[in-house]
Amino acid sequence: MKNTYSRRSFIKVSAISGGGMMLGFNWFVKAKPAEILSKGNDIPPEWVEMNGYIKITGDNVIKIMAPNPEFGQNVKTSLPMIVAEELDADWKSVVVEQASYDTSLFVRQMAGGSQSVRTTWKPLRTAGASARQMLREAAAQVWNVPVEEVTTKTGVLYHEKSGKSAKYGELASKAAAIPIPKDVQLKGVKEFKIVRHSQKNVDGLNIVTGKPLFGLDYRKEGMLIAMIQHPPAFGLKLKSYDAKEALGMPGIKDVFTIKLFEEGEEMAAFDTRTFNDAVVVLGKTTWEVMNARKKLKIEWEPASETKETVVAWGQKRENVIPAGLESTESHYSKMQEMAQKPAKQLRKDGDPEAAFQNAARIIERTYTAPFLAHNTMEPMNCFAHVTDTEALLVAPLQAPEFAEKTLAKRLGLPVEKIDIQMTRMGGGFGRRAYGHYLVEAALISRKAKVPVKLIYTREDDMTYGIYRPTYTVTYRAALDANKNLIGFHVKGGGIPEHAVHANRFPAGAIDNYLAEGWEIPSNITIGAFRAPRSNFIAGAEQSFLDELAEAMGKDPIEFRLELLKRAKENPVGANNDYDADRYAGVLNLVKEKSGWGSPEKRDLHRGVAAYFCHNSYAAHVIDMKMQDGQPVVQNVYSAMDCGIVVNPDAASNMVEGAVIDGIGNALYGVLTLKDGVPEQSNFNTYRIIRHHEIPKHIEVHFVENDIDPTGLGEPPFPPVFGALANALYRATGKRYYRQPFSKELSETQGG
Amino acid sequence: MAKFNLKINGKIHRVDVDPSTPMLWVLRDHLDLQGTKYGCGMALCGACTVHLNGTAMRSCVLPVSAAENQEITTIEGLSPNGDHPVQQAWLEHDVAQCGYCQSGQIMSAVSLLKNNPNPSDEDIEAFMSGNICRCGTYSRIKAAIKTAAKQ
Ligand code: FES
Ligand code: FES
Repeated sequence: MKNTYSRRSFIKVSAISGGGMMLGFNWFVKAKPAEILSKGNDIPPEWVEMNGYIKITGDNVIKIMAPNPEFGQNVKTSLPMIVAEELDADWKSVVVEQASYDTSLFVRQMAGGSQSVRTTWKPLRTAGASARQMLREAAAQVWNVPVEEVTTKTGVLYHEKSGKSAKYGELASKAAAIPIPKDVQLKGVKEFKIVRHSQKNVDGLNIVTGKPLFGLDYRKEGMLIAMIQHPPAFGLKLKSYDAKEALGMPGIKDVFTIKLFEEGEEMAAFDTRTFNDAVVVLGKTTWEVMNARKKLKIEWEPASETKETVVAWGQKRENVIPAGLESTESHYSKMQEMAQKPAKQLRKDGDPEAAFQNAARIIERTYTAPFLAHNTMEPMNCFAHVTDTEALLVAPLQAPEFAEKTLAKRLGLPVEKIDIQMTRMGGGFGRRAYGHYLVEAALISRKAKVPVKLIYTREDDMTYGIYRPTYTVTYRAALDANKNLIGFHVKGGGIPEHAVHANRFPAGAIDNYLAEGWEIPSNITIGAFRAPRSNFIAGAEQSFLDELAEAMGKDPIEFRLELLKRAKENPVGANNDYDADRYAGVLNLVKEKSGWGSPEKRDLHRGVAAYFCHNSYAAHVIDMKMQDGQPVVQNVYSAMDCGIVVNPDAASNMVEGAVIDGIGNALYGVLTLKDGVPEQSNFNTYRIIRHHEIPKHIEVHFVENDIDPTGLGEPPFPPVFGALANALYRATGKRYYRQPFSKELSETQGG
Repeated sequence: MAKFNLKINGKIHRVDVDPSTPMLWVLRDHLDLQGTKYGCGMALCGACTVHLNGTAMRSCVLPVSAAENQEITTIEGLSPNGDHPVQQAWLEHDVAQCGYCQSGQIMSAVSLLKNNPNPSDEDIEAFMSGNICRCGTYSRIKAAIKTAAKQ
């Protein structure tokens, strides 16, 4: 095996046995981002987040590693497409393989924040283009022709004058010995043949034939099944347990307890300590363990107030977790109380106090939304095999880098001895960024000294916490005697965080603007949920703007466009984190595609909403009609601006899913608590949108531009809530302020 | 514990398990057929759908004792290479997002089409409403069922 290794440059090439070439684009191996940046000048910062690699065999199979974990956002297909495009490969001869977690090869191997495509776009293109360049140079040497005369087309090298040609595979070994090019020419976006053209999911066949792709499907000889019993209520902890009966059940090997963190141990960003002590049942099969667990006799006791030290993003924070058994009812009354008190100022432009004092009319509305459970279709689970010297973990997870350090600390092993493999995930939505189930599985395996598979039942999963927070927000608008908007005030709160993004629209479009936030601590744990915070605030804000437009006698789209025009031409403040043109772009597109204002749509009730988050813009128009007192969503028109669309059909699929997810959560999503006990624990009490409840017709449109791609998993989700609420208003004559809307709807419609 | 003869995907398997064990866990834990998924364990989500004598059945609530000597088909037994028209329609519409629910969706769809080769939208919605897709691929599932119905 021969390695050419360039320290200054970034690509590692090796000839693979049997002929061929392996191109690893492990930019800055082992270097920490800070060191790289301090070296300065010629290194683009986005390369810091680089990862992935290409392999070409002698018989012309091109393997492209998919570095980032897949949970349905299509990155296992779309990221390799980007490499293949610049490589000028034949997509049909490309095989894709999921890379395992490897900090020496890859850097940002995570799914979250809709960042996968955005952060890898340039590095992946450069990697593909570098390999293509080396193949061309190899051909030039072998054929003894100038490299400029060597062209490529779908995986074949050509020299037109001499009529010579060779497949990539034939020259791959030779190419591996070529020095890595310093600068490579990337294709013009107009030349794309793979990217921007719909390619099927690379795992499509594996999925429809039921191949064992998921975490829950992973098995190993001698593996035991583990389940955890956590306290039945937030605010309780383990006092004592009697396992005699459980241990006598068939197939049961052991019952013991584990402690997630030691007292006083520092926690990292995505560490959670919902239930620190848990009882573990270990046995041969899932059914046996499930049954034995029911026989445990456990006593719980109230947990006292605890302090947590969290070190996240270089900052140390002390969290005080209150004691007590909390209920949804008291949450709401506490929030009402807090909303009256002074809050933290997040942004202020002009003189909002004076504007409200001088107002001819003030409109004030309050919106609330409950906790939500992620309910990924595949519950949490993890395989672990931990010995005294090393650990193997195989799990569906979004962010191994978050779990790795915690594992190393808890197991007392160096990170190099911890191998984390990522399976396909049966959904993520933010839930699998929290790796507590890896830590739990690892501790169980270490204690039992066997490979184990930790499985959460649906009930375990739904009652574990890490919920989308409970939120509220009050909007106030000041209108002058001519119905001009002269002041705007947003004050948000929540348990345990508020959802206000102070610098987002309509900040920047209104002279007198005030944003404030407050928070109530809780022992209910929360976590990122598809478009964190935006998933609530967008719906509230867009409902309020709709009501405001009505009060001002304006068309809801025209009103938003006017505000955006102001934000563009004469912005208020400097920190407005949206591009008014692109924002207006999706509104104009959805206006056109939905035939907004056209008379033939008059029998349908229409609502519109738009939002910007995670670097992309989304707008939806929802058409509704009432049938037997129930709203039926007829059409949804969606307009997206996420720059270049890498894989159009898969992108549409993602937006369709976000629309359905948004409608489902807006109408039905709710998790309530009574004395610390979650009142929903399976799909009989937690309602998920089903086949017969989805829109009859969903149409997805993308703004066509050549801007580098941004995310798509999250941005279309938040504005759905607003578009739905606004359509419901037109359909029922009533505004909806409290999610889930189905509850308010049944109250108004008389049951 | 008791011994059971099971006919799964045309092959006889013998298992020695508690008679109350759901077929879902017999398939997954004892026979290493991982295509049938766990989602709720209470017949609420459809992820575990198999065919019992050709009819869709939630395997999470089907005790092994009730399945003896019956024809059971799982996603692995639907076709040798994914060439069943319903699987092909799924590929044509590129239905899957995370993919976890799709074995169950496909097994339900095959059962629907067997009894109702030309289902209306309402028929599809009614029959498929027991299968949850958390990713929201329902519109594509419906389109794929219609495509498969034309075959
Ligand atoms: S696992 Fe059987 S229906 Fe959900
Ligand atoms: S594709 Fe993810 S649950 Fe259906």
